[in-house]
Amino acid sequence: CHYSRPSPSPSTLLLLLLPSTKPPLPERGLLLLMVLVFLEGSVLPLGAASSPDVTHQANSDNHIVKEAGHNFTKKPFPVLSLDYHHIQAPFEISLWVLLASLMKLGFHLIPRLSGIVPESCLLIVVGLLVGGLIKLAGEQVPPVLDSRLFFLCLLPPIILDAGYFLPIRPFMENLGTILMFAVVGTLWNAFFVGGLLYAVCQIQPGNPSILHQLELLPCLLFGSIISAVDPVAVLAVFEEIHINELLHILVFGESLLNDAVTVVLYHLFEEYAGVGSVTVMDVFLGIISFLVVAVGGVLVGAIYGILAAFTSRFTSHTRVIEPLFVFVYSYMAYLSAEMFHLSGIMSLIACGAVMRPYVEANISHKSHTTIKYFLKMWSSVSETLIFIFLGVATVEGPHNWNWTFVTVTVILCLVARVIGVVGLTYVINKFRIVKLTTKDQFIVAYGGLRGAIAFSLGFLLNKDHFPLRDMFLTAIITVIFFTVFVQGMTIKPLVELLAVKKKQEAKRSINEEIHTQFLDHLLTGIEDICGHYGHHHWKDKLNRFNKKYVKKCLIAGERSKEPQLIAFYHKMEMKQAIELVESGGGVKLPSAMPSAVSMQNIQPKKLPPAKPAERALSNLPKGREEEIRKILRSNLQRTRQRLRSYNRHTLLADPYEDGLGDLLIKKQKMIELERKIKDMNNYLTVPAAPPDSPTMCRARLASDPQAYSMKPEPDSVPTIQVDLASPQSPDSVNLMDEFRRAEQQHEEDQGLMMKPPSGESGPKKPGEEDGSREHKLMRCLSDPGPSADEDEDEPFLP
Amino acid sequence: MGALQSSPGQHEYGDLAEKTGFSFRQIGVLHTRFKQLSHNEETLQRDHFNEIPDLACNPIRAQIVGAFFDRRNFRENGEGTVQEIGFEEFLVVMSHFRPPSLHMTQEQRESVRREKLRFLFNMHDTDNDGTITLEEYRHLVEELLSLSETLEKNTAKSIADAAMLEVASISMGHMEPDEFYEGITFEHFLKLLNGFEIESRMNIRFLRMDTTTLCK
Repeated sequence: CHYSRPSPSPSTLLLLLLPSTKPPLPERGLLLLMVLVFLEGSVLPLGAASSPDVTHQANSDNHIVKEAGHNFTKKPFPVLSLDYHHIQAPFEISLWVLLASLMKLGFHLIPRLSGIVPESCLLIVVGLLVGGLIKLAGEQVPPVLDSRLFFLCLLPPIILDAGYFLPIRPFMENLGTILMFAVVGTLWNAFFVGGLLYAVCQIQPGNPSILHQLELLPCLLFGSIISAVDPVAVLAVFEEIHINELLHILVFGESLLNDAVTVVLYHLFEEYAGVGSVTVMDVFLGIISFLVVAVGGVLVGAIYGILAAFTSRFTSHTRVIEPLFVFVYSYMAYLSAEMFHLSGIMSLIACGAVMRPYVEANISHKSHTTIKYFLKMWSSVSETLIFIFLGVATVEGPHNWNWTFVTVTVILCLVARVIGVVGLTYVINKFRIVKLTTKDQFIVAYGGLRGAIAFSLGFLLNKDHFPLRDMFLTAIITVIFFTVFVQGMTIKPLVELLAVKKKQEAKRSINEEIHTQFLDHLLTGIEDICGHYGHHHWKDKLNRFNKKYVKKCLIAGERSKEPQLIAFYHKMEMKQAIELVESGGGVKLPSAMPSAVSMQNIQPKKLPPAKPAERALSNLPKGREEEIRKILRSNLQRTRQRLRSYNRHTLLADPYEDGLGDLLIKKQKMIELERKIKDMNNYLTVPAAPPDSPTMCRARLASDPQAYSMKPEPDSVPTIQVDLASPQSPDSVNLMDEFRRAEQQHEEDQGLMMKPPSGESGPKKPGEEDGSREHKLMRCLSDPGPSADEDEDEPFLP
Repeated sequence: MGALQSSPGQHEYGDLAEKTGFSFRQIGVLHTRFKQLSHNEETLQRDHFNEIPDLACNPIRAQIVGAFFDRRNFRENGEGTVQEIGFEEFLVVMSHFRPPSLHMTQEQRESVRREKLRFLFNMHDTDNDGTITLEEYRHLVEELLSLSETLEKNTAKSIADAAMLEVASISMGHMEPDEFYEGITFEHFLKLLNGFEIESRMNIRFLRMDTTTLCK
């Protein structure tokens, strides 16, 4: 027995590579990829191999000790020892996660590849490689796509991400269509594939093959496993093709909602496949079971969602753990549903969708960002891992290739999907206002990808009941590969070829929101006049119920009474303010156009512009207002002047040229920042409202809704004031600080426009001076802008 | 069902059907409703609308009712308002909410769009001058917010201001500081709601109605 193990050759390889000449970036990425795959491939079998060594060693040591009896053989004290077994499981998990993340990184370093081949395909290939390496090393491939691991750890993050960010409006509008596709479509697929497979398997009278052993019920079971469209695969592929919202929500919604059908069919056929026959009673019970599974799943999810929303109402003092509630409640919803064999996916979707509006009204901005990024991170890693594991599991098998079975399966799946979609659309179009065109139908049919859920369900099958399980698995993997590779790779060029409508850039403007609401009320009114209890009527009733009872329970404080339009407006204001401050020069404000239209252009001309009553700053004493406007004019005039004389196209030379390039970039960024400040200046009129009204709580440009308090300003200027001395959470975004930080950055360029009297950026001190400084800055944001009478001529570049 | 009741004969329905595009059955159903609302009189007045209970909680009730009595919506290039309307006018106003048929050319689709957006425009432009001024827009936003208990006049004003600014920016691009933006003309309105897909959103399913679902 010895401690030796094969010297880690991949790491020496790495060491050899490092001092070599630096290849350009894409090649470096490729190299990195290869090295990492190699590394992972060899460490994992090492892991598998080392444990018996260690335990063996330990045993023999004990043995020696025992043998020795009283006289212990004294060994030198082990300064450095290796105990892989101790940390084996977490270490291997971390290695897999690391592999997945590095792969994702690597693919984006190789630019052309990610444009042609969707990520999912590349990941499966990587999985195949890793699996192959492990097998070459002679080790046992770990059962990575073990159903428990898959269903309990890998799937929930993806579904939660999808459910939490589900666009409710299009989903509800198309719910009928989605349900038709999900329920009827999946049933049709299952029976068509299962039935015809059985028929095909029976028609070889000449040479009796194992296919003849296949009975009807296992065939139907197989059909039900293979017919469900997979949400993971659909998400992975559709995310890259940016298709229009309607099609996206149709295919994606179908993939989510068909889980209930799959669960019921699977359990039904599995239950009775052993017995060999299904009676009418069983079918009837199956239908009832379907209703229970679907509705029950949604109910469980909704209950947990409401609990989460209710909990979030009280988290104003413990902001740090807010995201945790969202995650834990959702996961428990999933597990509870799985406990009762209800549809876990539907429960998770319901939980996320129900809790979102209330939770978002209650939690802080930072928590919202945290939730968003954690969900995206987890779902991204999960998705990557799933595809890699698919590859690994493919290598491992167990396989039983049967040409007839596999090819017939693939063909039947395609045919069934096409017929199903066409037939259903014909029926659905009778009830839809916006009909589905042929192009739409094609995309829906083509986008029906199968994925890892099918494989895991197949894996779960008991080998005793289903002797042909291996054949099933092989066929399932083939179908998955076919759909992901062939359909996944070709759908992007096909979308281009067919000129399918793409996703419009979401520019949520205040006008669209106003008109959306207006239209809702209008249509509800017309329906009432017609006396028709339609779609809009019930939606309106639900909204009113929501506003009257539910919001009061679940949303904390003042925000429960906030109308949707105002909430939307404030959200947009805040978003713009934060974008402005964070970007410092790159991001375009979504709805403010880079034009020079300012507030005074739209004020009614008959009133003199200085009339106090028209403006928000109505109670300012005249002198004070003039002073501020003078400051603004002098500062912002310079901005306008620069804007006019600076033409971005005259910026020559590569911005990465040293020295000059940096200077020019800085100038450019600064100009952009000033321009945007001016735009924001014109755009955001933050009114001076009475203190602590609900409006004020949201209009404060800070992240925590209730962290600020308003103190009346001694010199009778009713303004928006950020009270720096109030107990606020240390990590709240303070717009002053951001501006100050921005200005520090540009100090040396002497180009600073929005200049508060330059001060220390140090600890905040509440004081009259600071207060007034803040005033001026805040006032600058709400002043309607300088008038154009002064024209300063300043050189652009010093 | 409606067509079998005592109705002013098929030929009159024929005219109406041609004018508004409704089918005979739809016209019949709507006629029944008209008679219900008007208590079997020949004309409808504003008070009849105000009797509908569900309409009472609608924030823009006044504008909706006003739209029925607005001659600009009667497709006769008229102007001003009337005090009472007959069944034909009722039907014409309703026809603005008919879903577009499946096979339409791009031109037809465009004209349907214009028509629906014109209806909306007329609802906003209360003083009939062809533009939506800032005051009218503010009034609109206030109406929309009137349902909530905490009506923030300033917030409504600032929302309307921001919206107006956006329209101006989209339509005019660049304006000198002393220029004045009069108001939203119909062309600007079209441009503003370009991405709104109104031809698919502003629709009521008339076919689904039958007398059994009609309420008080």
